[in-house]
Amino acid sequence: MNISRRKMLILLPAAAVAWESVLAGTPEASPNYKMSDHWWGMLIDISKCIGCGNCVRACQTENDVPEGYFRTWVERYHVDDYHLENPVVISPDGGKEGFPVVKEDAGKYFFVPKMCNHCADSPCTQVCPVGATFISPDGVVLIDQKYCLGCAYCVQACPYGCRYVHPTKEVADKCTLCYHRITKGLTTACCEACPTGARQLADLKNPNDPIHEFLKTHNVQVLKPQMATGAKAFYNDLDGSVR
Amino acid sequence: MSGVEGYMYPNEITLYWSVLIVLYPYITGLVAGAFILASLERVFRVEAVKPTYRLALLTALAFLLVAPLPLVLHLGHPFRSPEMYFTPHDTSAMAMFGYVYMWYLMAVLVFEIWLDYRREIVLLSQSSKGLLRLVYKVMTLGSSNISERSLAIDERVGWIVTLVGIPSAFLLHGYVGFIFGSLKANPWWSSPLMPVVFIFSAMVSGIAAVMLLYMALTRLRKQKIDMHCVDTIAMYMFYIFIIDFSLEMLDLIHRIYEADESFRSLNFMAHTKLFFSQIVLQICLGTIVPLILLFLTQVVKLPEIARKYMYVLSGSLALIGVLAMRWNVVIGGQLFSKSFLGYTTYKMALVTREGLLMAIGLTLLPLLFLWVLVKLLPPWPEKNASVAAD
Repeated sequence: MNISRRKMLILLPAAAVAWESVLAGTPEASPNYKMSDHWWGMLIDISKCIGCGNCVRACQTENDVPEGYFRTWVERYHVDDYHLENPVVISPDGGKEGFPVVKEDAGKYFFVPKMCNHCADSPCTQVCPVGATFISPDGVVLIDQKYCLGCAYCVQACPYGCRYVHPTKEVADKCTLCYHRITKGLTTACCEACPTGARQLADLKNPNDPIHEFLKTHNVQVLKPQMATGAKAFYNDLDGSVR
Repeated sequence: MSGVEGYMYPNEITLYWSVLIVLYPYITGLVAGAFILASLERVFRVEAVKPTYRLALLTALAFLLVAPLPLVLHLGHPFRSPEMYFTPHDTSAMAMFGYVYMWYLMAVLVFEIWLDYRREIVLLSQSSKGLLRLVYKVMTLGSSNISERSLAIDERVGWIVTLVGIPSAFLLHGYVGFIFGSLKANPWWSSPLMPVVFIFSAMVSGIAAVMLLYMALTRLRKQKIDMHCVDTIAMYMFYIFIIDFSLEMLDLIHRIYEADESFRSLNFMAHTKLFFSQIVLQICLGTIVPLILLFLTQVVKLPEIARKYMYVLSGSLALIGVLAMRWNVVIGGQLFSKSFLGYTTYKMALVTREGLLMAIGLTLLPLLFLWVLVKLLPPWPEKNASVAAD
């Protein structure tokens, strides 16, 4: 194949730009994805969670989450008898490496995976002074990190402790519901890694999504309903002690 | 984990608002309080406080110039902060900051000071020499008419500006309280009383600061302190302090009696991590002691020297108490988990962008600004006038 000098001059810069995109890890576009067709949420089945920490590890790898901060984490609750108001909760390193073996058997133990609730009336987006954090038309709370001031007002406003300020980027950071994956028809990294199916990505606008049947037939709750945030992380089998 | 008791959500272990955010409401509070003191003379015709009128305005300006610095320095990306002006988010309380600040700085404070000093500025632009002459020339903004009629207009407009300034001062500081009070996620902050408590404590601190500055500067100038003026300021400070204390106690009693889900957590903090800063510094030393001292000056006929010492002591304690209150709000509000199951510790750095040295520097910076302002625009009566008065 002959390439003229003229063509070469055009191709080289184009190749450089393409290569830079590859190096920057620019996600490929998803032209067939229509935001208005979706309304994303998450179903978390507490009775299925075994506290293995796979989801936490998968999230950290997939999203390059900084050490000591968490886009998702797992808590282990220990509720003794009727002491609903005094649960003993642990989450060593976010539950990333699992949990220590239980020695005493009194009371009940269970695991609660936590993540951004992608609230429909999210207090974090309300307070952002420049609108750098926003709710996408498909119901995912996202952050434009090129625009975020790093004021941490959103961190203070989140009732669930799901946000942090990235230690090196110095901007707000949180779960994106693996937006780069779900817009390509994939599920989130945490759902993919969960061995028991305790986490299920849910599209509330899709009438064929099994979430609808599940919501109809199970006792499902959201965290801190008194906060009225329109949380879309739905918990099955949620104990009253969980906060 | 070190510094953590019980269970914190893992992202809560680090505090995101540092000592600089403690300074922000403290400094804006001093601005608002100083301005309210100035308005006592201008709008409410409390002639006794006239010797502090100009000093109060300059103090307010000196502190207002520093007020945004702790905020900007705390930002992860300070150079993006102009975006708050250009693309403010209409549902965000914080987005209002730039506008409220600029309104207060330019439309109220600078304008009022300019109107009040215009005659002097014009005279100084004619009498001074060299660079200073140029500075005053620029400060006249090309308006050199100091005829009686022109000064009468200044007086009238100045009065209107002060009148507008009072709600603006309330807005400036009430808004700061709203930033905290409107966050439902945090029960330590979430209270409609927060803006009101902020305003009244701001008035206490601002009035105390101007009173102390007036006493110190008058002494430095080897002049006689106008005791009628200081007595009047102390009286107003006492009354406002009572309102402030009542509101804070109302908030406290309400929390104790209601004892909602957060109470155990907050109660534990008040007895442990915040015991010194809240119970000892804020409530006992910073509020009850100065209130008792001020009460004594109101009901007992004390000699001048005793009153002076009591005013200095109560003013200084009030300033410490209000600073402690800001600390307890900002830092205290981040020490407990929103799960109400645990507590973390604030580890203040020393020499970092948000460290102790920076905080001390930012606290002293307004005094440097004030020194420059006082040199440029002396708040005292002109020498001839003071000689004549003597």
